[in-house]
Amino acid sequence: MSAPNKSYDPVEVEALKPEVVEQARDAAFAAFAEAGDLAQLKEAKVAHTGDRSPLSLANREIGALPPHAKAAAGKLIGQARGAVNQALARRQAELEAERDARVLVEEAVDVTLPYGRTPRGARHPLTTLAERIEDTFVAMGYEVAEGPEVEAEWLNFDALNLGPDHPARSMQDTFFVQAPDGSADSGVVLRTQTSPVQARTLLDREPPVYVVCPGRVYRTDELDATHTPVFRQVEGLAVDEGITFADLKGTIELLVSKLIGDGLELRWRPSYFPFTEPSAEIDLQCFVCRGESVGNPDKPCRTCSSEGWIELGGCGVVNPRVLVACGVDPNRYSGFAFGLGLERILMNRHNVADMRDMVEGDVRFTLPFGMEI
Amino acid sequence: MRVPLSWLREYVDLPAGESGRDVAARLVRAGLEVETVEQIGADLKGPLVVGEVLSIEELPGFKKPIRHCYVNVGDANGTGEPQEIVCGATNFAVGDKVVVVLPGAVLPGPFPIAARQTYGHTSAGMICSARELGMGDDHNGIIVLESHHEPGTDAIELLELVDEVLDIAVTPDRGYCLSMRGVAREAAAAYGLPLADPALLDVPPANSYGYLVKVADPAGCDRFVARTVTGIEPNAQSPIWLQRRLQKSGIRPISLTVDITNYVMLEVGQPLHAYDRERVDGPILVRRAEEGETLTTLDGVERKLSAEDLLICDNSGPIGLAGVMGGASTEILDPAAGPGTTEVVIEAAHFDPVTIARSAKRHKLPSEASKRFERGVDPEAARAAAQRAVDLLVLIAGGTAEAGVTDIAAPHPLRTIAIAAELPDRVAGTEYGRETVTRRLQEIGCTVVGADVLEVTPPSWRPDLTDPYDLAEEVIRLEGYDNVPARMPTVPPGRGLTEAQRFHRRTGVALAGAGYVEVNNYPFVGQAALDALGFEPDDERRRTVTLVNPLNDEEPSLRTSLLPGLLGALRRNVGRGNTDLALFELGTVFLPRAEPKVAPRLPVDRRPTDEELAALDAALPDQPRRVAVALAGERLPSGWWGKGGAASWADAVEAARTVAAAANAELTVRQAQRAPWHPGRCAELAVGDRVVGYAGELHPRVIKALNLPERTSVMELDLDLLFADGGRRVSGPAVSSYPVATQDVALIVDAAVPAAEVEAALRQGAGELLESIRLFDVFTGEQAGEGKKSLAYSLRFRAADRTLTADEASAARESAVAAASARTGAVLRGA
Repeated sequence: MSAPNKSYDPVEVEALKPEVVEQARDAAFAAFAEAGDLAQLKEAKVAHTGDRSPLSLANREIGALPPHAKAAAGKLIGQARGAVNQALARRQAELEAERDARVLVEEAVDVTLPYGRTPRGARHPLTTLAERIEDTFVAMGYEVAEGPEVEAEWLNFDALNLGPDHPARSMQDTFFVQAPDGSADSGVVLRTQTSPVQARTLLDREPPVYVVCPGRVYRTDELDATHTPVFRQVEGLAVDEGITFADLKGTIELLVSKLIGDGLELRWRPSYFPFTEPSAEIDLQCFVCRGESVGNPDKPCRTCSSEGWIELGGCGVVNPRVLVACGVDPNRYSGFAFGLGLERILMNRHNVADMRDMVEGDVRFTLPFGMEI
Repeated sequence: MRVPLSWLREYVDLPAGESGRDVAARLVRAGLEVETVEQIGADLKGPLVVGEVLSIEELPGFKKPIRHCYVNVGDANGTGEPQEIVCGATNFAVGDKVVVVLPGAVLPGPFPIAARQTYGHTSAGMICSARELGMGDDHNGIIVLESHHEPGTDAIELLELVDEVLDIAVTPDRGYCLSMRGVAREAAAAYGLPLADPALLDVPPANSYGYLVKVADPAGCDRFVARTVTGIEPNAQSPIWLQRRLQKSGIRPISLTVDITNYVMLEVGQPLHAYDRERVDGPILVRRAEEGETLTTLDGVERKLSAEDLLICDNSGPIGLAGVMGGASTEILDPAAGPGTTEVVIEAAHFDPVTIARSAKRHKLPSEASKRFERGVDPEAARAAAQRAVDLLVLIAGGTAEAGVTDIAAPHPLRTIAIAAELPDRVAGTEYGRETVTRRLQEIGCTVVGADVLEVTPPSWRPDLTDPYDLAEEVIRLEGYDNVPARMPTVPPGRGLTEAQRFHRRTGVALAGAGYVEVNNYPFVGQAALDALGFEPDDERRRTVTLVNPLNDEEPSLRTSLLPGLLGALRRNVGRGNTDLALFELGTVFLPRAEPKVAPRLPVDRRPTDEELAALDAALPDQPRRVAVALAGERLPSGWWGKGGAASWADAVEAARTVAAAANAELTVRQAQRAPWHPGRCAELAVGDRVVGYAGELHPRVIKALNLPERTSVMELDLDLLFADGGRRVSGPAVSSYPVATQDVALIVDAAVPAAEVEAALRQGAGELLESIRLFDVFTGEQAGEGKKSLAYSLRFRAADRTLTADEASAARESAVAAASARTGAVLRGA
C-alpha cells in the first residue's frame, strides 16, 4: 500500500487506473460465471470481493490520492464493486435455484403410496340417518324427545287407544317383561313403537307440542333379510290448535324432499291405526324404476319388488281419545302423528339388500358410511 | 281375504276391460290393503277338454298300476278318433267324464304336453288331476266330472281355470271386508257403481216351530238364527263353480254341506255352523262354560274350557265352542267314511267380539269364524245368511227346507252419532261441504238426517263407526287422501337439541373420529354370557330384567352391560377375517329396581294423576345410557412407514378420556380390580368421587371363554353419570407470548406407585409457572432398581408477564421434585 500522499504531486497509482479496475471487474464477472456450484462461487466470491481482492485493495489506495482525485477514483471503484456484487448475487440466485431444483427432484416420493396409519372409524348409518331426520325437523322448530325402551304397557298401548283385547297386543308381536311373580302380568313390555314417547310428551307439557321421537323398538319377529326384532323408528307428533290432515301431508312432503329428493310421487293409502283417525300409509314412488317395473316382467325392480311403491311409514290425525288419555282438550287441540321405519328407509336410500347387515356389526358394512349419510 | 275377480263381478258391474291390478289400485286408494294380485292360470294353454273314457286296459308288470285308455274327446283332437292315453291313476271307470289335456297344450309349471311313448304305448296327452291344473294341491286322483258334460267341451272355461285373485289384508276396523259383500261394497263406492247386495234375500219371518234354541247369555250371544234342512243327498258333490270359488278363496272343499256353509260365510261374512241334526240331543243352549268342562272340537282335540268360554250345548253337554269351532260329536259326517249326514241344523249367530277373541287366543284356535267375529260381524246378516245356506242346500243338495224359523234377537238400540257437518273439513283441512259429507256417509250405508249437525245411523255391518271422527275418516277416505291439500303448520320456535342430545352425538363423532366403528347389538343376553364374563354369583350385573317370551330361550334377559353384545360383534368380525378392530356401541342397559313392581293399568278416559304416572315409572327398570368400546389386533397398523402398535388396555382407557373430553368432564383413572377385566390391567374411571366406568384388558379366562383374540381390551362407562358432572363452561386461557423454559426430570418410585399420583404431586409442587407436563419415558429393570420404576417427565414452564430466568425455572422444577418426593417417595434418578 502507498503511503498517504500528502503532497500535491499527481502520483500515478497503478491499481486505480481505469483499465486496471475494469480488468479486475471483468475478471470477477468471469470467475462468477465460471463457478459451477455454490462452493466454487464461494471461492470466487472470496477472491473477487474479499479483503484481498484486487478491487478491495485498489479501494484502499484512494486514501493516498490528492483530494481532487479522490472523488473520481472513489466513483470508479464504487461502480466496479457495485457491478461485481450484483453479478455475484445474480449468480448466487441462479446456482441456488439449480441446487434447489436438484434437491427437490432427489426428494421426490411416490405420493400414491397407501397410508393407513390412522385407522378410520364410522358411525352406524342408522344412527346418522336418524340424526338427519331429526335435524330436518329441528330446523322446522320441532324438538327431539326420548323415552325408555322398557315401557309401561299403559303408555305403549292403552293410552294410544289400543285396548286390552286389541289384536296388536297379542303375544305374537310384543315382548312381555316377567312380573315379580314370574307371570306375564307385569304391565311392562319392550316398547313396540316409539309412540309412548309421544304420550309421555303430551302428559308432560302443554300444547303446542312439536316433537320427533327416535329410538329402538321391539317386535317378536325373527331376523331375516327384511325383518329384525329390534329396529329403529322416528316418530313425529304435532299437537296444536287447528292441526289438520293437510298439515301432515305438507310436513311429510317436505321431509321426503329433504331426505330422498324431489319429483317423486307420494301415495296416501287409507289404513288403520288405533291412535290416529284418519290413518294413512305413505308410499313413495320407487325412485329406482319409477313404477316402470309394474306388470313388466322383463324389467324387474329389486328395490320395490316390482310394485312401483316403497312403504315409508304410517301416519294420521291423532285420535281424540289419545288426547283425552294424555290430558289434552280435544275440543281445542288437534294433532297429527307419523312413524317411519329407519331400516327400510336405509335399505331404499342406500341400496342395502339385507337387513342383517345392519344388525351384525360387520365393520366392512359400516365403514363406507363414514360420519354422516 | 282372497277375492276372485270373477266372483266380485257378480255383485258390481265393473268395466269389462278392468284388470285385477286396476281394481286393486282403486281399492288401495279406498283403504283396502291389496297385497297381491294373483294371476291364476296365466301360463295355462289348451287344448284342455272334457273326455269320455271309452276303454281301460290295465297294464300288468309295473311297480304301480298303469292304465292304457282310449278317450273320446269329440272333435277337439281334429280327427274325432278316440285319443290314446296312458294314465297312472285308477279312480275312474269306463264311461266317466274326465279332463283331458291334448298335445300342444301347456299346463301350469309351465309343463308343455306332447305325445310320447311310455309303458310300451303311445300316450297322446294326459287325463288330469286337480293338482296338475293348479286348482289345489289336495287331490291326487284325476277329476271325474258330472256325466252331463259333452266330450270335447273346453275345460278351461268349464273349470274356471283362468282368473285373477286379489289378496287383501283386512285391518281390524274393517271386519265387513272379510266377505265378498263387504269388498264389493267398497268396489262399488270406488267406481261409483251400484251394488247387488247378496244379503238382500226374501226370508220368512221367525215362527215358533223352528229348532228349539235357548240363549242363557244374551250378552255373549245377541242373535241366534237356526234353520233346518232335511233330505239332503249325502253323496252329493259340490258343483264345480262352488269348489272353484272356495279353492280360489283359499278354502279346501270338503263336503257339500260344509262347502255351502263356507261359501255363504265368504259371500256375506256371516260364519255358519251346520250340525248333524240326528246327532244333536234335544234343544240347543248357549251358555258360558263351567270350570273343568271339556269339549272335543272337530279337529279332534279335547279342550279344557274356561268359565269365560261361550258354548253351544245340547242335552249331552257342549257341542261347540261358540264362534270358534264346532264339536266333533255333532259334526257333518263324511259320506266317504260311512252313511253321510242327511239332516242339518244351520246356525247363524252373532257373538260378542271380545269373548270370541279371548277364546280363540286361549285355545290357540284362530279360525275363519273367530277371525270374523273378533272384528265384528253384521248381526242383521244372520237371517239372510241362514236363508242363503238353506236355498243352496235345497238347490244343489236335494234338501227340503223345514218351515220352522228360529230367530232369537236381543234388543239392539239403534246407534246414532251426531256429527257437525263441517267436522270432516276441520279434520282434513279442506272444504267438502255438507252435501258431499251426507252423500259419502249414505254410500257406506248410513242413514243421515239433519243440516249443520247430522244425525247419522251407521249400518249394522259397521260396528267400528262409533264416534264423529270415525265418520269424518270415512268421508275423507272416500273423497281420497290424494285430494287433501298439502300445507305446512306454523311451528313455534324450538330450542334445538338438548345438551344431553348434543353430547350423545359428540360422543359418537369423537369415537368414530378416533377410529372406532359403531355397532348396534340386540340387548338380549343369557346366563352363558354372564358366566363367560366371570361375574361372581352375587354380582349385581346378574340381576336382570327377564322376558316372558324371548326370541331365544337361551337369551331370556336384557343386558346389564353392553359388553356381551359388543364382544359378540367383535368375535363375529374376527370370524369373518376382520382382525384389526376398534368397535363402539352407544345404548341403554336395563337394571332392575331393588324391589320390582307391577305397572298399574290406568284409566284412558282422563289424564292419569301425577301419582298414577309415577307408579308407572316406578315399575320400569333403571335404563341408563352407556358407551362401550372393544379393541383387538393392531390399533395402529404396520406398513411401509414402520411398525404399528397392538391395541392394548391403554387404548381402552384412552377411549374413556376421549368420551370424557366430549362431555367436557375431568376423568380420574385409578387402578382397580373388577370382572371381566385382567386384575392387573383394569382402570376404574371416575369423575370426582363418582365411579362412571371401567377400562382395560380383558381377563385371560374371559378371552378364552369367549374365544376372543389375545389381549382384547374393553371400556364401558355410564354416559348419564359422566354428563351429569361434565358440561362445564370453559374459561378461555390467557395465552402467554413469553418464551418457554423446558426442564426434564427422571424420578425413581416404587413400582406400585401410580404414575397419576406422581404427576399430580409434580403439578402441585411446580406451581402456577407450570404450563404443561408430559411423561415421556417409563422403564423398569436393573437401572431403576428392584421393585422400582423410572418415570421421566418433561416440564414446560412459562410466566404470563415476563421471560423466566434459568434460576426461576430450576426453582420451580426443584419444588416439583420435592413435592413428588414428599408425596410419593420419588427420588431423582442419579441423585
